[in-house]
Amino acid sequence: MNATVAALTSRSLLGRKRTLVLLLLPAALLGLCTLARVLAGLDPDIEQALNGPLAANLLTAFGIAILMPLLGLIAGTGAIGPEIDEGSIVYLLAKPLNRYSIAITKLVVAIGVVVLFGALPITVAGVVLTGELGTVTLGYGVGALAAGCAYSAVFLALAVVTRNAVVIGLIYALIWESLVGGVVPGAQTLSIQQWSMAVVQELLGDTAQRLSVEAAVGFGTGLALLTLVTVTAAAYAGNRLQTLPLHDNS
Amino acid sequence: MSTVALEQVSRWFGNVVAVNDVTMHIGPGVTGLLGPNGAGKSTLINMMAGFLAPSAGSVTLDGRPLYRDQEIYREVGLVPEREEMYDAVTGWQFVLANAKLHKLPDPAAAARRAIGTVDMAAAQDRDIRTYSKGMKQRIKMATAIVHDPAVLLLDEPFNGMDPRQRLHLMDLLHDLGDQGRTILFSSHILEEVEQIAGRIEVMVSGRHAASGDFRRIRRLMTQRPHQYTIRSSDDRALASAVIAEQSASGVELVTDKLGSSTVHVQATDFSAFVHALPQLASRHGIRLLEVRPADESLESVFSYLVAR
Ligand SMILES: Nc1ncnc2c1ncn2[C@@H]1O[C@H](COP(=O)(O)OP(=O)(O)OP(=O)(O)O)[C@@H](O)[C@H]1O
Ligand SMILES: [Mg+2]
Repeated sequence: MNATVAALTSRSLLGRKRTLVLLLLPAALLGLCTLARVLAGLDPDIEQALNGPLAANLLTAFGIAILMPLLGLIAGTGAIGPEIDEGSIVYLLAKPLNRYSIAITKLVVAIGVVVLFGALPITVAGVVLTGELGTVTLGYGVGALAAGCAYSAVFLALAVVTRNAVVIGLIYALIWESLVGGVVPGAQTLSIQQWSMAVVQELLGDTAQRLSVEAAVGFGTGLALLTLVTVTAAAYAGNRLQTLPLHDNS
Repeated sequence: MSTVALEQVSRWFGNVVAVNDVTMHIGPGVTGLLGPNGAGKSTLINMMAGFLAPSAGSVTLDGRPLYRDQEIYREVGLVPEREEMYDAVTGWQFVLANAKLHKLPDPAAAARRAIGTVDMAAAQDRDIRTYSKGMKQRIKMATAIVHDPAVLLLDEPFNGMDPRQRLHLMDLLHDLGDQGRTILFSSHILEEVEQIAGRIEVMVSGRHAASGDFRRIRRLMTQRPHQYTIRSSDDRALASAVIAEQSASGVELVTDKLGSSTVHVQATDFSAFVHALPQLASRHGIRLLEVRPADESLESVFSYLVAR
C-alpha cells in the first residue's frame, strides 16, 4: 500500500464523469427498494411477498447481479485504465516503487469505492426491505462485499491487459453471467455472481431455502474461487505493471 | 557523474524497426537527440528510462541494465513526451506527490524547490487541467527534477513553450549540465539543439546518423557530398552546364538500353547546388523533369533539419 498512489488514484477516479454513474446506480437501487416498502404498506399482498422471497429476489437481481458488477467494472477499470491510456501512469512507474504495491493500492481504492457505493447501499436496501439489520441484510451486505472484491480485482487486471476492458467486462457481466448463466447451468460455475451468492446462501443459513436463495456452487467452492480470482488478478496486474509497454503513438 | 551506454541497440515492433543497431554513450553535460518524426527518439528514451527492453544489444546506466530496475529512478528523472498528467490535482499537489513517491526525507521542501526552479510558484495552486501547454511542460519538468537526479531524460521538453519559457528552460538545462549531470533531450529542431547541447546525436529512420558537436553536425549536413539523379528536357546540355558549376564535383551522363538518359551529379555543397540548379537550367533553356537525391531518406531529413 502506498498512500500517495491511493490519493492520486481516488482523486482521478472520483474526479471523472463516471462518478455520476457511481451515484446513480445505488440511488436507483435504494429508490426501488423504498418504493417496494411503500407499496407494501399499502397492499398486504406485497407486504407478505416482501417478507417472503421478494426481498431476497430484489437484492439478488438488482444488488448482486447488476449493481456490484457494474460498480466493480467502473471502479476496477477506472482505477488504472485511463492512466494507462493517457500515459500518466508513467509518473507512478518512473519511481522506486514496487509494482505489486501499486497494483494492490489501486485495488484497495477500487474496493473502497465499491464498498461505499455498492456494499453499503445494498445493506441499507436490506434494512429498507426487511426492516431490520438481520440475517438477510447482513448476508447480502457481506456477499456484496465479496463480489465487489472479486469484480474489482478482475476488472483492474483486465484494464492492465487491454484497452477494451470496459467492453469486455460488460460482455462478461451482462452476457455471460446474466444471460448465458441464466440459461446454461454449466456457465454458472464460472461466475463471480454465483460464487458471491454461495456466500449469501451460507450466511442466510436455514432462511435461504425459505427465501429460495440458491447458488450454483457450494460455499467452500465459492469462497475458494473468490479468493483465488481476487489474489490471482491482483498479482497478475502487479506483474504486468513490471513490463507495461507505454504506447506513446496515440 | 553518470553515463548511459547503448551498445548495438536495436528495437523493433513487429516488423517496424524503430531503432537500428545504435551505439552511443551519453555522459555528463547536455546532449541533444536530434531527428525528425519517427526517427526513433522516443523509443531510445523509453529504453534509457527502463520502460522498454531492447530487442538486441544493451542499455545500461553506469554498467547496470536499466530495464525493469525500479531502483534506477532514484538517479533518473524523466520528462515524458505525452502531455497527460493527473490533472484533477493542482500543480503543487502533483509535484509534492512525486516527491513523496520518491520517498524523499522532506518532500514539501523538495517540491517547493522544484516548482521554484521551473518558475511555476505563481500558478502552483491551480488545477493542472487549467494549465497551458507550456505550463504543463514546466510542471512535468518539476516532477522530473524533484529528487535531484543525476540523469535527466527529456522527450521534446520544448514542445508548446513560448520563446521566453524556452530560454528559461534552456538556461536551466545548461545549469544542470554544468553541475555535472547527464542530460539528454530530444528535439526535431536543429536550432533548439545547437543552442544548449554540447553534443548532438542525430537519429534518422532508426539509425544513428551522426554525432558530435553542433558545428560538426551542421557541416556534415550541409557539406557532405550529395548525389542526385536528374532527368531533363536535354540531359547532354544539362550535364555540360552542371560541370561548370562550383558546387558540383562530378557529372555522369548515363544512357540505358532503351535510349533514355539520366544525369548523375555529385554535389559538394548541398544547399548551394540545390539553389544553383534551377537557375542554371533556366539560363540554358532546359526543363528539369526530375531531381532525385540518391540517398533519399537521409537526404530529405538533412535538408529538412537544415531548412528549419
Ligand atoms: N509501441 C509501438 N508499436 C509499434 N510501432 C512503434 C511503437 N513505438 C514506436 N513505433 C514506431 O517506431 C518508429 C519510431 O518511433 P518513435 O516514437 O521512437 O519516433 P520519434 O523519433 O520519437 O518521433 P516523434 O518526433 O514523432 O516523437 C516509428 O515508425 C513508430 O511508428
Ligand atoms: Mg517521440
